[in-house]
Amino acid sequence: MIAQLSLVAVTVTATWYLLLAAMLFAIGVVGVMVRRNPLILFMCIELMLNAVNLTFVALARKIGDVGGQSTVFFVMVVAAAEVVVGLGIIVAILRRKPNATTDDLAGLKG
Amino acid sequence: MFAATLRGPAVDWFAISPILVLLGGALLLLVADALTPPWPKHSFALFTAATATAAGVLSVLQWQRVDEGGARTLIGDALVLDRPALWIAITICVAVLVCALITDDYLRREGIDGPELYALYLLAALGGVVMSAANDLIVLFLGLEILSIALYVMAASHRKRAESQEGGIKYFVLGGFSSAFFLYGIALIYGGAGSTNFGKIRVGLSPTLGSDRTNDALVLAGIALLLVGLAFKVAAVPFHFWTPDVYQGAPTPVTAFMASAGKAAAFGAMLRVLMEALPNWSDDYQPAVWGIAMLTLVVGSVMAVVQTNVKRMLAFSSVSHAGFILIGVEAAAHRPGAPMSGDGVSSVLMYLVIYAVLVIGTFAVVTAVGRTGDAATDLSGFRGLARNKPLLALAMTVLLLAQAGVPLTGGFIAKFGVISAAVDVHSYAIAITAMLSAVIAAFVYLRIMVSMWITDAEAGDDTRESVRVPALLWVTISSAVAFTLVVGMFPGWLVSLTP
Repeated sequence: MIAQLSLVAVTVTATWYLLLAAMLFAIGVVGVMVRRNPLILFMCIELMLNAVNLTFVALARKIGDVGGQSTVFFVMVVAAAEVVVGLGIIVAILRRKPNATTDDLAGLKG
Repeated sequence: MFAATLRGPAVDWFAISPILVLLGGALLLLVADALTPPWPKHSFALFTAATATAAGVLSVLQWQRVDEGGARTLIGDALVLDRPALWIAITICVAVLVCALITDDYLRREGIDGPELYALYLLAALGGVVMSAANDLIVLFLGLEILSIALYVMAASHRKRAESQEGGIKYFVLGGFSSAFFLYGIALIYGGAGSTNFGKIRVGLSPTLGSDRTNDALVLAGIALLLVGLAFKVAAVPFHFWTPDVYQGAPTPVTAFMASAGKAAAFGAMLRVLMEALPNWSDDYQPAVWGIAMLTLVVGSVMAVVQTNVKRMLAFSSVSHAGFILIGVEAAAHRPGAPMSGDGVSSVLMYLVIYAVLVIGTFAVVTAVGRTGDAATDLSGFRGLARNKPLLALAMTVLLLAQAGVPLTGGFIAKFGVISAAVDVHSYAIAITAMLSAVIAAFVYLRIMVSMWITDAEAGDDTRESVRVPALLWVTISSAVAFTLVVGMFPGWLVSLTP
């Protein structure tokens, strides 16, 4: 029985990766919407960007073009720059208000 | 052997000189300030203004070359050199120049003087110029991020005000969120077209070439995601939620920069993506642009009415202006194609430059009236301004009338341009909505004027910090007023210049 199962050939195609990337992206989107901790929000945005990276690589593989793979490097650099700036702002806020959540950041209203 | 086969693209250095000047100016400012003794007063602002002027002049020189030789692409099709790109580059350079002059006294008043904000202006301008000249979705994304990341820092740059940091983090989280959507859109378009280059997308997604439309869902989802990202950047409803908080929280000169240069760059990029990369899909995105424009017009002006803080009012007013510019985009979407041209495109470009000057002038007055710590930006802060500073109140009145679109001011010419472009393509519903929303928005500007001219003084008004208007601020405000009035009364030259 087990031997038979292992004989079932499963080909992992680019579509699988596209679906995985879509799911990761969705997890990131939901995370940004429901979480309260600024650092977690930030991680969710990074997850979204990396889901897009996976999409780029999978699509590049699917259409046989190297451009999508090189794009990933640009996105990684942008993500790194965002990390620097985002952490800077978050640290500045946490220094003023330790353990601040997004609920504490509601001074601006109209 | 390997070195011989690896050949980089040809670079036309003169054509990209505005970008290089902005970059060089920013780096020089940061490095030189760190290595030299303290600079005298005004020198950061004047250096920034000089750099922006140099970049603007170089763009004007390119203009003549484009006139003679026509539009062309640069650095292996990554950038395009044409009139709309140069027009937006010049608009952004003007915005940097004027914002630097406002910032000078602001930073000393707040006790946070330094070269950082100026360097960020220049870098953000660099991003904006790249964005509006991009000929490839990835280049556009890089320009967008250079602009956005600089803007996040600028919004949060007032270390003494909690509001500034709150605005900064909100902008950062929502901006990063929308950038991820935008990037996902790029990935899907790439999957459908096989390239991120505008020319290749145009060919790859051409219905006449590919009778096989199995990629439709992928491409349509990609277009939708691109639109979300761009609508966020231009602050269009329903992606405008960050605008009031960020505009109120950010230091006022930075707000002026976001509303002028940021908007110009984002609309430049939007036109380019819709017109040059996706002209064959205009039937699909044009209704979406129509819907966004309608919503933006109505929500922007209605929400502005219920605010009590002038910076928030102006934030919603800028949302409503984004709606007006979207009317031009919608009109342009009726006649898409590369190279982009037509009434829709030129009305958008003209609106952008007029609005940039107008909004910087308005925020310059708010900078002065806000007093130390931007503490008095409520309507009450404007009370009695006409008595204490009649000229300032007069300038503000002219600028507000122009924002409302009163004839004989630049705002009228701008609004007239987009509405007539819409009427030309028979978008009557949108034109009528625009005029109604202009009436609603006029009420907002009237409220500020009433507060300045008519509202009685209250006890304690005399003990408030007095409004100071230093020389550079006067120069800025009076030139903004002069530009608005000149364009309003003699619009011919600007109209004939617009591509």
